[in-house]
Amino acid sequence: MDFHSILSAIFACLIFPGFLFTAIGGLFLIWVDRKLTALLQSRKGPPWYQPFADIGKLLSKRMLIPGGNRNLTFIIAPMIALAGSMLTATIIFRTIMNPEVSFVGDVLVLIYLASLPPIALILGGSASRSPFGAIGAGREMNMILAYEIGFLLAIFTVLAKVHSIRLGDVLLYQSLHGPVLFSISGVLAFSVALLCIQAKLGFIPFDIGEAETELIGGPLAEYSGAGLALYKISGAMSFFSLPSLLILLFIGPIGPSALSWLGFFMKLSLVLVVIVVIKSTHARLRIDQALKLFWTRLALIAALGAGLALLGW
Amino acid sequence: MTGSMLDWCFKKSIWVYHVNAGSCNGCDIEVLDVLTPFYDCERFGIKLVHTPRHADALLVAGPVTRKVRERLMRVYEAVPDPKLVIGIGSCTSGGGIWHDSYATLGGLANVLPVNMFIPGCPPRPEAILYGVAQALGMVPKTVKSQTYKEV
Repeated sequence: MDFHSILSAIFACLIFPGFLFTAIGGLFLIWVDRKLTALLQSRKGPPWYQPFADIGKLLSKRMLIPGGNRNLTFIIAPMIALAGSMLTATIIFRTIMNPEVSFVGDVLVLIYLASLPPIALILGGSASRSPFGAIGAGREMNMILAYEIGFLLAIFTVLAKVHSIRLGDVLLYQSLHGPVLFSISGVLAFSVALLCIQAKLGFIPFDIGEAETELIGGPLAEYSGAGLALYKISGAMSFFSLPSLLILLFIGPIGPSALSWLGFFMKLSLVLVVIVVIKSTHARLRIDQALKLFWTRLALIAALGAGLALLGW
Repeated sequence: MTGSMLDWCFKKSIWVYHVNAGSCNGCDIEVLDVLTPFYDCERFGIKLVHTPRHADALLVAGPVTRKVRERLMRVYEAVPDPKLVIGIGSCTSGGGIWHDSYATLGGLANVLPVNMFIPGCPPRPEAILYGVAQALGMVPKTVKSQTYKEV
């Protein structure tokens, strides 16, 4: 690896399409989410700069650190969350912009990286020495075990149709044969993956780990100032990159032309609207209800989709 | 430059934590009214949070009873700097009808440094929103501030 390629890799991670681009886009989408929720509740909603003002304010505040001997984990956990969502976003958006640059097995790398933010949440919650943090971390762990099954089966469905474990090949397949969504197994896998994304983002009805009204934020309860800001930025980045992953896997192809980019943003807004409407019209499930839903019904649907995909449907 | 930008961020995004310091629930209900869709305080960036660690402002209601003093101080310490304290209702302003009771400390100013009082028994939701907006400098002040020197 020469100096230039290292420099371009750092640029891709930190500025475009990694941290800076995704963070600004994600915070803007958080505003869209809040405005849409406000309109659905017949309110006026916050102005467009609200998420940026929130982040700026949180960064300017003091970070209180609970006493005890696990302070290092408490401070590092938000950085792990940010690193996870940064690398996820880099891989997803680099593939979307140029399918040729993706490497063999990047879907597997992506699955591991996308589960870093929830794991960082568990770490931070456990290190916060607060009963709310401990309960929230335990519930978050249960939720990971719940939604990962459906998510993995849905991704397996796509990979079985495409016969490759490269994200770039998924896009190439869709540009030849049309979107994965236009098949029975594709519809089944997409509906399961949508709910899994909802749970991954920690949105209602699956915000069981953070549960503001009963666990006062769960793992986030003890975080203030910069730590909280890093978690919020990480969440905003996931809110941008995970729906994009959904589009990449199911509703391709995404070509280099301007019309295709317009189509990408229309698909993105459609997926976001579905996510926000589910979020603002449902109540929170209990942890046992969520586990039952993910482990029985959704896992069965996803397994059916995977089976159909193996048969070539 | 950075400082003024952060100041602007603070003014545009106030997360409040609501503390009941011996209030009769009248002010609490009016605070809840501010959060309803009709008044929609989210358009000013005001949000109710559930833990003092996330808060920027404490909304305190009640004359501060003796029992609650210790807890109120601990909540105040749990809020990270910079922070505001806003007293809501006649009771926080000067004890209200309990101003000479043995069970209360006669107002919030005897316990915490207060940035803003919003009097009224209870204050209307409009008054609470107006008071918070004045404390943040979003609305021009109608009364000149007066300072006195001891002779």
